[in-house]
Amino acid sequence: MSEVAVRIGAKPGRITSRAILGGIGLVFAIPIIAMIEFTFRAGLGGGYTLDHWTVLLDPEQNDKYAQLFTAVRNSLVLAVVTVAIVLLILLPTMILVHLQFPKLRRVLEFICIIPITVPAIVLVVGLAPVYGVVVRVFGSSVWTLALAYGITVLPYAYRSIQANISTVDMITLSEAARSLGAGWGNVMWRILLPNLRRGILAASLISVAVVLGEYTIASLLNRSNLQTALVQVSKSDPYVAVIFALLALGLVLLLLLLIGRVGSTKPGRRLS
Amino acid sequence: MTDSTLAGPGATVEFIDVIKDFSGQRALSGVTLSVQPGEFVALLGPSGCGKTTALRALSGLEQVDGGSILIDGVDVVDVPVNKRDMGMVFQSYSLFPHMTTVENVEFGLRMRKVPATERRERATATLDLVGLGSLATRYAHQLSGGQQQRVALARALVTRPRVLLLDEPLSALDAKVRLQLRDEIRRIQTELGITTLFVTHDQEEALAVADRVAVMRDGNIEQIGTPEELYLSPVNPFVADFVGLSNRVAAENSGGIVTVLGTRLPLLGERQPDGPVTALIRPEDVELASDGIPGTVVASSFLGSMRRTQVRVSDDLVLSIQHEVGEHPEPGERVHLVLRGRPVSASPRV
Repeated sequence: MSEVAVRIGAKPGRITSRAILGGIGLVFAIPIIAMIEFTFRAGLGGGYTLDHWTVLLDPEQNDKYAQLFTAVRNSLVLAVVTVAIVLLILLPTMILVHLQFPKLRRVLEFICIIPITVPAIVLVVGLAPVYGVVVRVFGSSVWTLALAYGITVLPYAYRSIQANISTVDMITLSEAARSLGAGWGNVMWRILLPNLRRGILAASLISVAVVLGEYTIASLLNRSNLQTALVQVSKSDPYVAVIFALLALGLVLLLLLLIGRVGSTKPGRRLS
Repeated sequence: MTDSTLAGPGATVEFIDVIKDFSGQRALSGVTLSVQPGEFVALLGPSGCGKTTALRALSGLEQVDGGSILIDGVDVVDVPVNKRDMGMVFQSYSLFPHMTTVENVEFGLRMRKVPATERRERATATLDLVGLGSLATRYAHQLSGGQQQRVALARALVTRPRVLLLDEPLSALDAKVRLQLRDEIRRIQTELGITTLFVTHDQEEALAVADRVAVMRDGNIEQIGTPEELYLSPVNPFVADFVGLSNRVAAENSGGIVTVLGTRLPLLGERQPDGPVTALIRPEDVELASDGIPGTVVASSFLGSMRRTQVRVSDDLVLSIQHEVGEHPEPGERVHLVLRGRPVSASPRV
């Protein structure tokens, strides 16, 4: 580490690095602090109150915010289904391509990166007629939106899993396991998945984060999720909208911290 | 073959006309090889000669395109790798990183549904056999390269496989560890009497450990024999050149007698048409003498138990010779050389 720093000759001093960190921290903190402060405001007259928070816990007011709670539930369902798509379709595909069809690696990478280059609004234009068919086949349940989200999270999920795959010699490990008598099921379950744990968790959490923050597709396809509901509610009650935005932000932050934690434990690292 | 390996309970292995293609490229072109129970056979050759492919075909990791592979007389070509009952040690470190040493060793037994207590006992005993009983709870990243390969060896042996396959298991290790582990592998193999195939590109390694060595080139076995046979009676110049060091010297063949630098030596191996040939002379077959072929010392290096010296005998020929450390010719010194009367390998000169 220090060797690299010396070579580059650019390691900032302690004061400089703290100043940079502090500056960046402020850029992020000020809007969030402002949001928090806003949720305690009594109104235009000034003063502070807890009413905007307590009202959420008031059973009598529940109906008013039912739409918001439903939206949270929808978003959670979407997150779960999206993660399922990543784990049940993308992950096995990546492992299969890596082990059996190495020539397809570039193709798969290209396909998985495409969604990041397509603006959501363009994606929706393409998805609208597709959803005409989806609705006929699966009905218009909430979870069907996850089919679109499965595409939008591809680049992030692919990157997280690929980063892990490239640190594990999956070919040798699976060959070793098979030579010891393991069938493909055991190779997957006992050898590959435990070693890809970090990538899988990171891919899942980042997918959840993306789904919880998604607005464009849901809105243009006339679905209700957390973000569309927030926009809706903010028109009548900006305080509650901001509170929910804060809670969503907190949840995503928690997920990112979790990714960081998972990523920093390296049981499988080798010495040389 | 040594007596102890003869007594071994290992399986016989036979390759019969085995063919393997990789997208039109022939990797094995009709390999035929027979390995006796308990025998230690090394597959030796330059990279791309097909030695690893042959081993992987035997393990089941590669499907063959023709021929048969028999283990104890039964064709296993269609048996999947996990049912072939082979122990394999890979070139790259292949321990499961998320398991401890003992869990790694137990893996094969777990796959065979061996009860937990017996599993632990056998794994511990096998770790003791490779000298790593005290490191049972370590993870792969806490072990050195040599230790990792020992664990891999224990993991391959614990299931008491019919055949042990070693795919250049020493090539990632440094010189000293490599020597130690090489001898250890041989000791354990002899102790267990397990039929073993060992792939290597290092001729010294192959000659040191194997009962027999198969020298491969372009998907074929050029010669199979004991290390002595390969060294002393190579069937062709490729084998002579690949096994041990050789000086390539212009010579003349006449009726099976090769005249090299004025000395007449019998020709080894297949007959050659009369005419100019390139003879392969071992460094130890050239001696310093008080009279003979005159030359000038170019360089001399101390190799521990012996000394190797380069002597220029003509404008376009520098001979490498091997002699006792007691003699140390200085560069520039005039010396005389004689060739020992050993048979030589030679190929037609074009």
